[in-house]
Amino acid sequence: MKSIFSPTQSRAKRQRTGQGVSASQSHVPDWGSLPHHIVLHIFQYLSLVDRARASSVCRCWNDVFHIPELWRRFEFELNQPATSYLRSTHPDLIQQIIKRHAQHLQYVSFKVDSCTESAEAACNILSQLVNCTIKTLGLISTARPSFMNVSQSHFVSALTVVFVNSKSLSSIKIDDTPVDDPSLKVLVANNSDTLKLLKMSSCPHVSPAGILCVADQCHGLRELALNYHLLSDELLLALSSEKHVHLEHLRIDVVSENPGQTQFHSIKKSSWDALIRHSPQVNIVMYFFLYEEEFEPFFCDETPVTHLYFGRAVSKDMLGRIGLNCPRLVELVVCANGLEPLDEELIRIAERCKSLTAIGLGECEVTCSGFMEFVKMCGGRLSQLSIMEEVLIPDNSYSMEQIHSEVSKHLGRIWFPDMMPTW
Amino acid sequence: FIAASTVCDTLKMAPNSIHWFRKGLRLHDNPALQEAVRGAGTIRCVYFLDPWFAGSSNLGVNRWRFLLQCLDDLDSNLRKLNSRLFVIRGQPANVFPRLFKEWEISRLTFEYDSEPFGKERDAAIKKLAMEAGVEVIIKISHTLYNLDKIIELNGGQPPLTYKRFQTLISRMDPPEMPVETLSSAFMGCCITPVSEDHSEKYGVPSLEELGFDTEGLPSAVWPGGETEALTRIERHLERKAWVANFERPRMNANSLLASPTGLSPYLRFGCLSCRLFYFKLTDLYRKVKKTSTPPLSLYGQLLWREFFYTAATTNPRFDKMEGNPICVRIPWDKNPEALAKWAEAKTGFPWIDAIMTQLRQEGWIHHLARHAVACFLTRGDLWISWEEGMKVFEELLLDADWSVNAGSWMWLSCSSFFQQFFHCYCPVGFGRRTDPNGDFIRRYLPVLRGFPAKYIYDPWNAPDSVQAAAKCIIGVHYPKPMVNHAEASRLNIERMKQIYQQLSRYRGLGQVLFVMLINHEMLSVTAIMVPLRCLSFFGLTGLLASVPSTHNGNGNGMAYSPGEQHSGTNTPGNTCFHTLKLHYIAKRLWAFHHHTYMSFLGFPFQNHEH
Repeated sequence: MKSIFSPTQSRAKRQRTGQGVSASQSHVPDWGSLPHHIVLHIFQYLSLVDRARASSVCRCWNDVFHIPELWRRFEFELNQPATSYLRSTHPDLIQQIIKRHAQHLQYVSFKVDSCTESAEAACNILSQLVNCTIKTLGLISTARPSFMNVSQSHFVSALTVVFVNSKSLSSIKIDDTPVDDPSLKVLVANNSDTLKLLKMSSCPHVSPAGILCVADQCHGLRELALNYHLLSDELLLALSSEKHVHLEHLRIDVVSENPGQTQFHSIKKSSWDALIRHSPQVNIVMYFFLYEEEFEPFFCDETPVTHLYFGRAVSKDMLGRIGLNCPRLVELVVCANGLEPLDEELIRIAERCKSLTAIGLGECEVTCSGFMEFVKMCGGRLSQLSIMEEVLIPDNSYSMEQIHSEVSKHLGRIWFPDMMPTW
Repeated sequence: FIAASTVCDTLKMAPNSIHWFRKGLRLHDNPALQEAVRGAGTIRCVYFLDPWFAGSSNLGVNRWRFLLQCLDDLDSNLRKLNSRLFVIRGQPANVFPRLFKEWEISRLTFEYDSEPFGKERDAAIKKLAMEAGVEVIIKISHTLYNLDKIIELNGGQPPLTYKRFQTLISRMDPPEMPVETLSSAFMGCCITPVSEDHSEKYGVPSLEELGFDTEGLPSAVWPGGETEALTRIERHLERKAWVANFERPRMNANSLLASPTGLSPYLRFGCLSCRLFYFKLTDLYRKVKKTSTPPLSLYGQLLWREFFYTAATTNPRFDKMEGNPICVRIPWDKNPEALAKWAEAKTGFPWIDAIMTQLRQEGWIHHLARHAVACFLTRGDLWISWEEGMKVFEELLLDADWSVNAGSWMWLSCSSFFQQFFHCYCPVGFGRRTDPNGDFIRRYLPVLRGFPAKYIYDPWNAPDSVQAAAKCIIGVHYPKPMVNHAEASRLNIERMKQIYQQLSRYRGLGQVLFVMLINHEMLSVTAIMVPLRCLSFFGLTGLLASVPSTHNGNGNGMAYSPGEQHSGTNTPGNTCFHTLKLHYIAKRLWAFHHHTYMSFLGFPFQNHEH
């Protein structure tokens, strides 16, 4: 610590205080005269609360407290005592940020609880962020999505304030909000050169045309998350145009409310092919929350999906198609399936999906020998292998103990099935 | 004869003992009780019961009934030894000083209680006894092991994964053998002075005396007491011997129902010694399998219990989220109406409601049924805090122990113990797979009896004609489902991911389906330093560099990570990120609890900011 004090500084300070200084005292550092950049460096490691406490030590530290670098990122937490266990960002602090640091903010997120008032408060703050150059904006519902309960006009006008004023937005996460086509147009008109990431799963007021407009204009877009009903052949082609950078991630949520009520369209193989030609490395991530009988339109042709998550039961038939038609598959999670063991389907996936490195199986019954066969075929490339102990059906060839040692052998590391506490 | 009477004469000066029953409500394998009797002139077995507390406590009537039956049984077994149980109305700290004087007590014995609240209470009583010149003898018999030894072996911190726990156990000596059952022979000359008015003063109270309305209360599905426990363990072992299969029993429709071989409430109240159970299992295994070393999995039920006792013994905040160093802070929703629907079996999901009805009526549900309702309340559907669910179980579940109850809830809600969370139990599919016919539902929700199996798990999907034929209109006679499970699980999986990403600074956007898969063996410390290339799977490369290595000056504060280190069992490389994540998350957790994570704004999407 001593080395950062220049000798002259400490001497000057001693002289100013005008006291006889003993030899031992002369080594006591004068924290008040630490250079700004050092204090700044230290402050970067402190929480806001600690910085605020430290800032009342002396004028110098207080100056540092307000240095713009320390106000680049801010997470507004908006909760109501009736709906959340967590505390809110203090209203005075919010006011101070809007008054003194709004122009410094670059990475802003809002975390709101399930209460509509919290989401409205977030919109009120958003509409005051006028003189900002925000790069990253995240609207995050920590419990039930409350932005959906805010009036659409209130939400949209608050959001467009940021879109219009910032003009350099690069990442936007607005899942589960009432964002609509016109507001996306405003986004595109002001930020088309900078936009790189857009997460907007479950935004029911956006239409396929609305998202197509983003893809057409924002050529730097590298990551996109949306619901399946917004996915179209046109969108994939737009993302594959020559002017467009390589897409890195495409996340698609496929959700249905009630069985049989939603008709799912299919995507042409030629559109997928165009996307992969343009962006050979792209991750295509699909989350499915469908009833078993709704899977028919999916994976009938070759689909370049890389990550698959099935939140509900999947039929054997569907898993069989995955083995046939998903050669780029990297990760697979199946939360549940029907009553019959999945042996053949898994073995086919091991055979055909050569890039598969991670698999998680929830309530999916597999026989021990079927599972062993699968592991043997995948071998060490399986960096993640997760299956519940309960669903492995012991058979004549393997007991649970043997499974543990055999699988460990094939993976080249110690492996156990997942266990759940027995009460 | 003469010799015996002289021995008894010399015992005139022998100490007067009190054995204090709390848990451990049994005469078999009760080392502290033995110590009370050994060489003593008199023995009085006491149990404290505060009638004022009874009415206002949050324990349900089934739990009280079970307890009173245990006490009745204890009293009748003591009578066979010419002794009695003394049920004392009041609080130990207030009453003990008077008892010490009145009964000229010089020795107090009780079973060790490992839970933080119990340790505190016992320390106070011990001090009080010593001041009164009373010798205090405490013996461990509610757990298989001395939990402090496990923690010591783990470098001073409780293990936080079950695997780690098993590793530690396998390095320890087997549990001590059970001690012999208290008998007349063992009692020898030790007597219990019993007054004429014993039953009035010290008798076991009835439920009515405790203020419970027992009218229409059905008889107990789980009768309490040591005698019942010992009958059950014989049946339990007979069935195991008959099946001759020591794997965990596979779940089917039948396993959902209370079984006459079930033991968990008896272990909870100590009507059954866990060590007796342990050694009977061992003997049986050796006899049937003709091999000498049974696998640890044989003792699964006992070891899980032991695991949670170990995790809780040094953590007074174990049953809370706030201020609990091993619990992840999750922004649960506060929603009293939704909570009430869950607790009162009105969710509109027959599978969930049937389980909650069984719980309220009988006081026990199968462990997978516990998973189903716990997942539904917390991370699966309602996103309500596990603490709320724990309190409901505390009221209704016969075998709910402070440590095991809180620990299991943290586990099932993915709040601790490094659980992977990708899989939520489906409130429709899970039940259907277990009991395709739906008999379990018809038994506990008679209103749905008329539905065919096809619709009994999701009756709201049944056509009107089917509902009419079943004489049950959904929305009128039985509630509509309170949430859309597909939508809720989509949101909740996303939220969970977000929380763990923030903890470990993962990049978001879909790519990470497996965030938290660390219930494996841990590796050597050096693995933490393994190059970042191993992290590319998680899209972490480049992110770690942006995180200060000593968060908020708390780099030294990894409260429990040292214990998780374990060297030499794995090849590095493949699993390196497990360790890295663990340490990382350990640090994060720590930071979480000491700062409101304002300093590192965990953006779920970090890629374009630098």
